Order: sequence, then C-alpha cells, then structure tokens
Amino acid sequence: MNTEIAGIIFIFVLTVIIALPLGKYIAKVYLGERTWTDFLKPLERGIYKLSGINPNEEMNWKQHLKALLTINFVWFVYAFFMLLFQDKLPMNPDGNPAQTPDLAFNTAISFLVNCNLQHYSGETGVTYLTQIFVLAFLQFVSAATGMAALVVVFKALKEKTATQLGNFWQYFVKSITRILLPISILLAIIFTFNGMPASFEGKGQYVSVQGDTVNVSRGPVAAYVAIKHLGTNGGGWFAANSAHPLENPSYITNIVEMLAQTIIPLAMIFAFGFFIKRRKFAWVIFGVMTVGMLCLLIPTIISEVNGNPALTKMGIMQSTGAMEGKEVRFGPAATAYWSIVTTVISTGSVNGWHDSTMPISGMMQMLAMMTNAFYGGCGVGILNYFIYIIIAVFIAGLMVGRTPEFMGHKIEAREVKIAAIIALLHPFLILAGTALSSYVLSHNLGAAWATPPGNWLNNPGYHGFSEMLYEYTSATANNGSGFEGLTDNNVFWNVTTGIILIVSRFLPIIGPVAIAGILAQKRFVPESAGTLRTDTATFGMMTFAVIVILAALSFFPSLALGPLAEYFSML
Amino acid sequence: MKKYLLPAVRLTVVMIVLVAVMYPLLIVAVAKMASGKGDGVTVSHNGRVVGFANVGQKFTEDKYFNSRPSTVDYNAAGSGGSNKAAANADYLKTVQERIDTFLAHNPGVKKEQIPAELVTASASGLDPHLSPEAAYIQIARIAGARGMTIPQLTALVDKHTKGPLLGMFGPATINVLELNLALDNLK
Repeated sequence: MNTEIAGIIFIFVLTVIIALPLGKYIAKVYLGERTWTDFLKPLERGIYKLSGINPNEEMNWKQHLKALLTINFVWFVYAFFMLLFQDKLPMNPDGNPAQTPDLAFNTAISFLVNCNLQHYSGETGVTYLTQIFVLAFLQFVSAATGMAALVVVFKALKEKTATQLGNFWQYFVKSITRILLPISILLAIIFTFNGMPASFEGKGQYVSVQGDTVNVSRGPVAAYVAIKHLGTNGGGWFAANSAHPLENPSYITNIVEMLAQTIIPLAMIFAFGFFIKRRKFAWVIFGVMTVGMLCLLIPTIISEVNGNPALTKMGIMQSTGAMEGKEVRFGPAATAYWSIVTTVISTGSVNGWHDSTMPISGMMQMLAMMTNAFYGGCGVGILNYFIYIIIAVFIAGLMVGRTPEFMGHKIEAREVKIAAIIALLHPFLILAGTALSSYVLSHNLGAAWATPPGNWLNNPGYHGFSEMLYEYTSATANNGSGFEGLTDNNVFWNVTTGIILIVSRFLPIIGPVAIAGILAQKRFVPESAGTLRTDTATFGMMTFAVIVILAALSFFPSLALGPLAEYFSML
Repeated sequence: MKKYLLPAVRLTVVMIVLVAVMYPLLIVAVAKMASGKGDGVTVSHNGRVVGFANVGQKFTEDKYFNSRPSTVDYNAAGSGGSNKAAANADYLKTVQERIDTFLAHNPGVKKEQIPAELVTASASGLDPHLSPEAAYIQIARIAGARGMTIPQLTALVDKHTKGPLLGMFGPATINVLELNLALDNLK
C-alpha cells in the first residue's frame, strides 16, 4: 500500500517539475520570443498561406471571439455530418453503424467543447475514420481553442491600455504546432513502446487457453490517447477508457497519461506568471489550486483504500482496497488520484469506474467539477479561475472600502455583472438539469420513449439520484466522465446535455475574454499604497473562500440528497 | 462572422491534414518498430496464438489460476465494468454468490481470507492481472487439481510476481495468462 501512495506523490512532483520549464516555454511561444522550436516557422507560414490568413492582423476582443465562434461552428457542422454518415465512409474495418441524429449531435458537441461525454461505446459506436478525423481532430482543436482564448486574456492583462490583442489564428495555430502536436508525438511514441496498439487493422482474434474464441478490438490507439490526455479531452478509444488494458497497459503508461493530462493546465499557470511578468501571482494561483485539489484528493484516497464497508460487513478481506470497477495494475490509490485529477482538470478520462467508487469519493469527484477551477481544463481552467478572482477582488474591495482594481484597471459594475452571471450559470445549469431529469423520472413522463425514464438508472435510491446529478455536473463542467451506469444514449440525455454543453463552454469563454478586453481598454492606474495586492497569500485565501462559499451554498442541498445520504445510510 | 468563415474553413482543412492524417500515420509508422508492430502484443504457446499479453482472458477451471470476475465475460470486442454502487442490494447479492462459488471450489479457505478483487468485477472487464494475495489463495486448489506441491506453486507465483515499479511505486502484480502458461509448462 505504501508503494501506491509513493507512486502518487512521485507523479505529482514530477508534473510540477516539468510544468515550470514548460510554462516558461509556452509564455515565450505566445510572446513571439525565440525558442528552440522556431524551426517550425516555415510550417506555420505554410498553414497561414494555405488558409488565407494574415497572422499579424491585430484583433480586438470582439474580433477574437468572432473568429473563435466561427471556426467552432464550422467544426460542429463537419463533425455532425461525418458521424451521421460514418457507416458509408471508408476506414470502418469492423463494420460499425452510423450514429443516430441525437447521438451525433451530442457526440459532435461534446468533442467540440472539450468534454467528451461519449454516450456511445468506442468499440461499436464510431469508426476508425470518425475516431481519427473527427474525434482526435476535435481533441486537438478544442484544446487549442481554450488555450488561444486564454492567451487573449493574458495579452489583455499584460498591456497597460490596449484595444488590439494580437491575432486569434496565430495563437490557435501556435498552440497546435508548438505545444500540442510535438508533445503528442512524444507521448504517442512512448505509448507504442509500452504495449499500446497503433495500427489500422480491425479486430484481432485468438483462441484462449481454455478454448474460447475471442475478438480483440484495437486501432491507432496510441496517437489518440496522447492528445486525449494532453488536450484534457478524456474521450476513450475503448468503452473502458484508460481502464482498458490496451489504452493503459501498465503502471508506467498510467504515470505518463496522468502526467499528460495535468501538464498543460499546470504549465499554463506558470506561463501566466511569465507572460505578464508577475511570477509571484502565478505561485499564489498554483497554491490555491493545489490546496483545493488536496482537499478533494485526501478524503477520496482514504475512502477508496479502506474498501467498501458493505463488503467488509460481509466478511471480505479488503487489504487491496475497494476493487469493484478498478484494475489490479493501478490499485485503489492511483485510481483515486486519477479520479480527482480528471475531475478537477476537465479531462474526464477514467482508469476505474466512478459509479462504483465510495459515496465520499463520488462526492469529491462531483465537487471537483462543481468548483471547476482547481487547475481546470486546457486554457479554460484559468479562465474559470479568473472569474473567481474578479469576484474576490470585488468583495475584498467592498470589505476594505477600496475601489476594486486588478492589474492596474478599475473593476466596475459591468465587469462584475459579467463575472457574476458566469459564476452563477454553472450551478444553475447543473441544478436545473438535474431537477428536470428528476421531474421527468419521478412523474414517469415519456413512458413511451424508446428508453423510458424508469430504465435510466443502474442503481436505486440516493445513488440513482447521484447518477443524474453527476451527468449534468460533468456536462456543465465540460468534463466528460460519468457515473456510467446511467443509460444516457437516448433522446432526452443526448439533447439536454448537448444544449448544456454548448452554453457552458462558450459563455465561460466569452465572459472572461470580454472582461479582460474591457479592462484593457480602461485607463491604467499605477499601483499605489491604496491598491489591494492580488499576489499575496491573503488574497489567495480570499479567492479560495469565494470558491468554497459559492460551491457550498449552491451545491450542498443536492449533495445531501445524493452522496451524503448514501454515505450515512451505509454506516 | 462572414469575414472569418472562409479562413476558418480553409484552416480546418489544413489542420485535418496535419493532425488527422500526418500525425497518426507517423505514429503508426513508428509503431512498426515496437513489439507487436502496433497490432498489439500477442502470446504464443506451442506455436499457436493463445492471447494478447496485455488483455486478460477468462480462466475459470480449477486447474488454472482464475482471473477476476468480468461484466463483459472477457469478450475483448467490447469492454466495461458493472457500474454498481457500493451498497446496491443486487450487487451485494452478486458478490455473495461469487463468495459462495469461490468457497465451494476452494475448500479450506475461510471467507475473510478472500481478497476483494476475486469477488469484484474489474473496470475494463479485461483485467489481465491478479495481486500476489489473490494468487496465493488459489494455490491449495490448484495443487489438488494438478497433483503438485504447494511449495512448487508458491515458487512459481513468486517467480512471476512483478514488484512495484522500480521497487517503489504502485502495486505488485501477476499476469494471469503468463502464470497459467508457466503452470502448463511445469507438467
């Protein structure tokens, strides 16, 4: 058991050690300073030329958002129709069928917004063509979208007074050519030499020792898994995601996959500090986020390592912890760590089933997505945190009686309104969605549907409620993990979560970019003795308190009905 | 928006070529140098492919080390777990049945000696491993079924136990397929 805990500490420390230089590199890339990857410039020039883009054309914040939304719309149309007609397209060695319109809608949106809910199974619901040309493609570009949006905010906060904030296409293309693609290539090569398949062959077949004939699904898994994690996407090649022995064959690949999903969100925090030349501020953010992550992680590890109390009552030895829905090669500690990392960061990949984790663990996973700001997804994590900063600055300003300022710009009613709307949108979507599904279920509406609501849940009682709460939390946080017992591939879930996904992706990008853009246009106020300093531990605690209070007030009642009730009923 | 539409479409096409054509082809080409040539590493026994090294398979006979319960019955065309909640009554009944079956096949073993992983389903349904405890507990049964001695089997299990990574990180594991093939070779 001690080696399992040591394994987690090792992964985390290794991640931070790599994140620091990577953060510096990322900042240099976006600042346009010299880096060792400048040999890629001809490739980038080629991309701009073929696309008819002038990478030096300056854009204001509204133009950035227009470019972002336009290209996302193009991707949605492309993805939707590819999935709809995948059975008629090539590269389908296993003869998988087309997706239904509601499923194609959900899948296209879900990958477009970096969520990857996956209401289908990887082995049967998609083809090699759509896995690579649609899903892996979206995994690259959705991550790059989040990163490019964040750079707009970086740029706005760096400047004293500015309306021109660089070029969106350039930020986007560089995110791929300088960061996502090179690191993905490195990761994928590591994976292929550690037992992960990478070929376009269809299913393999063998006759087992006991004489069973077994087909084995495979494919170009390694290339996919690299960007799945690096871009904090999380959608699995196989149904079992990174619990599948071909998608995560060993403890080594588990370390690398864990590292891959954490590295960019962490590096982005440090890149922020380097970019705006306030490294102490970045350390404060890192500190708050790490404390938040640990508050969620430690109870989860304890409850998983101690095993399932219901099995203990039956007299089973659980020296290896709770093992339902877990793999022996990872063990309960690494699975618990993964379950929190994947939910604080918006990855949503799993190496064990969250539905079968203990009630306290399930609550921590949900809380991680409900706060959605401890590290957070590729780029968007800091955008979410930025909203909390604005609110914290505002409240702190009111408390001490000073005009709220951030990075030399006055925060006024308009910015606070935007921040408040974005902050409240998150609990609103989660709770309204859960309320709607609970109403439909309890009133047995839609009893004539292909999947009647009575058949939605895989578990009775409090845990059944948690399955619905988890699904909407995951959709709203653009996370993509699930309490997968929920029967979610039907019109109700595909459509409701699909709509929530769009709203909860794009408004939390538009809001922070707008706030930063508006701030940058204001007159610069130099720091004075009267300025509320934001790079101090005190302000860090203030932000942490804002996050905790918002989450606690919004979500405590629903958590009491789900995981807390389940926990106490098991005592 | 119109101003950005054409560049967006063209950039999309260029990016598809870069990340969906060139990138995966590169990785597939590199994988040809890895063991299994990117098609997955297979295991042969007496000149016949008997499985994939990393994919668990079903072992239920008394003379083999049994693999963990699987919700997909080790059919690797798909994958998945039970997604049962910890206190679900149906689930606990299933576990109780697994306990009873295990005790019936392993006389002399007490209930509180059974490692949890032998009565719980894995996440993938294809878990290729057991912990050392889960292998040790089956030794007496296999010794009886094969007419072998307990020290002989204990030595075999120890030989095939893979310790934590670098001796420091993660759990100790045993690949069940590898262990059972070694078991067949002993005869």
